[in-house]
Amino acid sequence: MRLAIVGAGAVGSSVAELAGEYGHTVTALADSSGAVVDPDGVDVDVALDRKDAEGTVGTAPIADALAGAYDVLVEATPTTLGDAEPGFGHMKAALERDRHVVLANKGPVAERYGEVRELERESAGEVYLEATVGGAMPVLSTVADFGAEHIEAARGVLNGTANFVLSRMAAEGLDYEHVLAEAQDLGVAEADPSFDVEGTDAALKCVILANVLYDREYTLSDATVEGIRDLPGSALELAAEGGRTIRLIGEVQDGAIRVGPRLIPEHGALAVTGTRNIVELETEHAGLLDISGRGAGGPETATAVLADIGRLSE
Amino acid sequence: MSDSTEVRSYTVRLELVDRPGELLRALSPIAEHGGNLLSIFHERGNVTPRGHIPVEVDMEATPEQFDSIVDALRDEGINVIQAGAEQYTEELTVVLVGHLVNTDLSNTLERIQSATGANVDDLSLSAPEGDEGVSSARVRLSTNAGGAGSALETIRTVADDKDLRVIEPLTAGETA
Repeated sequence: MRLAIVGAGAVGSSVAELAGEYGHTVTALADSSGAVVDPDGVDVDVALDRKDAEGTVGTAPIADALAGAYDVLVEATPTTLGDAEPGFGHMKAALERDRHVVLANKGPVAERYGEVRELERESAGEVYLEATVGGAMPVLSTVADFGAEHIEAARGVLNGTANFVLSRMAAEGLDYEHVLAEAQDLGVAEADPSFDVEGTDAALKCVILANVLYDREYTLSDATVEGIRDLPGSALELAAEGGRTIRLIGEVQDGAIRVGPRLIPEHGALAVTGTRNIVELETEHAGLLDISGRGAGGPETATAVLADIGRLSE
Repeated sequence: MSDSTEVRSYTVRLELVDRPGELLRALSPIAEHGGNLLSIFHERGNVTPRGHIPVEVDMEATPEQFDSIVDALRDEGINVIQAGAEQYTEELTVVLVGHLVNTDLSNTLERIQSATGANVDDLSLSAPEGDEGVSSARVRLSTNAGGAGSALETIRTVADDKDLRVIEPLTAGETA
């Protein structure tokens, strides 16, 4: 397949680097300032070196990338809330040209799911979104395989940063501030960790799961969200005395979406440690199904993007 | 209470002051009024928020005898916190976080108990920053069958009033 990749951050550049190995050709690569377009195949290494040196992959307008020759548009620009632009516009441009879209950007399907599906219906192209929920973990494709109507609930740990902070606090008896600073030093948490520790990121993934499970439009405003900011170490200590621990859990059940710190059994499946993620699906005929793995990261999320592209090739 | 001669089993939860002879003083009215003592669960190491020791007594008696036993216990000045054939069947554990001491923890627990009919079985408080700082409490409650959900609602309301955070169990009523 010929790929146009919009967004050259950790995920977009990983998709570009791995595309050849998966038998695909990158015909356009764009970042927020410019693009490089070549119907015969972009030299990915050269483009990414240029981004390192000059701050952009190329000098062509981004519109050229969207209008160029490709089969699949990979939308990997940063997630934005509200109107989900510019990601939504990129996706729309591709669908209007009857091209497929693979999303790594959560914005369009967390904030404008109804419109995304409407545009898809009018297009010969299809939209895939595995990479928007749980990085490398095959969550949405599993839901699709089982059939959304056979999944009764979904819950899990969907943010590695918050999980790292909570599991370090529990294991070492340290305070929130201390562990957060450590996570920032390690690059696990960003300088502004709000998106992760306030539960927004986990909530977006739950909203997307709910959209897919119930086939209707939820947005972030439909979710009840509480984060882990300033949670005292004493709360984790007390939880441990009772054989429990605390994790930031996202839950989709009975049409409701909730994210918040919850008490869970200390040695239960959901009590993953470090940056690991897990999603537990409550199935109608097969009990609980746990999917665990790396929920973020460039090559990890790129793997999910490439799996979606593989589905389109079938 | 239709047939007052039928013997039934009852569970009474008492809170005893921690001093010698108190348990014997609490048990005497049971025998004196014709009750048949089945078991005594004396939670010696488990002190209630008021500093009392909870004791659970199972007995058999007719409804009439039972009423006199409870009256006699109360006349003796013994704190009867729950009396009846009612069985607690659901357990609920939450962790409360915030200015627990400043916002009157025992009042918080009393409000939860009185509004829900739930019973606080266990409380652990950790206040590493002292009374003025942020502290945490793990509260284990037992409720009637199906009562955990509404107990949780009440806890949320009380916590909201007092600006406390509630860390709920993943599934209300789970005992794992």
